[in-house]
Amino acid sequence: MGPLIPQGIIPMGWDFVIALLIGIAFGFILEASGFSSSRNITGVFYGYNFVVLRVFFTAVVVAMIGLQYFDYFGWLDLNQIYVLPTFLSPMIVGAVIMGVGFIIGGFCPGTSYTAIAIGKIDAMVFTGGLFLGIFLFSEFFPFFEQFYYSDNMGNITIGEFLGISNLMFTMIFTAIAVIAFYVTWLIEKRVRKNHEEYKF
Amino acid sequence: MNQIVNSSDRPRYINPYFGGVLLGLLLLLTFYITGRGLGASGAIKSAVVTTVDKVAPQHAESNTYMKSFISDDHSPMYNWLVFESFGVFIGGLLSGALFGRIKKLRIEKSPKISNKTRLIAAGIGGVLFGIGSQFGRGCSSGAALAGTASLSFGGLVVMLFMFGTGYAVAYFFRKLWI
Repeated sequence: MGPLIPQGIIPMGWDFVIALLIGIAFGFILEASGFSSSRNITGVFYGYNFVVLRVFFTAVVVAMIGLQYFDYFGWLDLNQIYVLPTFLSPMIVGAVIMGVGFIIGGFCPGTSYTAIAIGKIDAMVFTGGLFLGIFLFSEFFPFFEQFYYSDNMGNITIGEFLGISNLMFTMIFTAIAVIAFYVTWLIEKRVRKNHEEYKF
Repeated sequence: MNQIVNSSDRPRYINPYFGGVLLGLLLLLTFYITGRGLGASGAIKSAVVTTVDKVAPQHAESNTYMKSFISDDHSPMYNWLVFESFGVFIGGLLSGALFGRIKKLRIEKSPKISNKTRLIAAGIGGVLFGIGSQFGRGCSSGAALAGTASLSFGGLVVMLFMFGTGYAVAYFFRKLWI
């Protein structure tokens, strides 16, 4: 029963080999889906290319449903899965800052690594910016240390917060994703008609 | 169907839903094997901590944030996400080679802006993403993707506010892209 490494079924020594292999698959999927292009990525915000939404929502739905099934079949103990803790206000602030960075920079960290791999100078500069940003954050950490740790809600799940079962939320999220796929397909068709200058 | 883009100069990308299924299965496999999800920004954090620790060890030790990632018995680079992110680069290289997208160094941008504008914007975007990912406890991979899939409330919050902000400010930066 999983997870395999925390349960000692796969020895810890394999941890980094597995990390590398998983990373290779991750990078391959990102690049093959078109995430090494910043103009592909930002298309999601202007309606001319919804590839980000399609890949992202499909992946979340597949993994979310898969985790519940793995738990149901007894293959995976969901209690041993790492649930990202919630620090509500700092995470909202962080997400807003990332949203602005996304629009201005055109990448997120993972996608920028794959864009560097195929020779994009803008991705190299973006990754340099990441380094500088995290350095600045660390240097000025004492000024906002209190805020950083504020609003700690622990490892709360979405279902616990909403007062519904996580299975129910998975179903709702899947329905929203399917509707989003259809609506964005309509939007994309309309926008592309009037959008001569965009080439992939 | 699509009159604007010629099929000949259109790069060959895999179907996005197929890509999404592959990514979802990979994420599921990652949880099954390691008990945690995917990530990306953590590798740069390790690089920052390592650099500061090498250049000014006392300074790194006195910083309450960096100190928590320094250990006496191994380097901060000896970290799961560092190996994984190195893999992401190799994976991008493999896919780029397979689909013929590895070309000479180049800058991708809207025809309306100069190379310099694009690079400045990319740098600023990177800095913001770097800062935001620390407050957010992860970026689009670790918080939004893996967090939401594992039903973390914080992961969902990061996803909603990141994309929501993107839409809210997209109009002001449209010249960069369209």
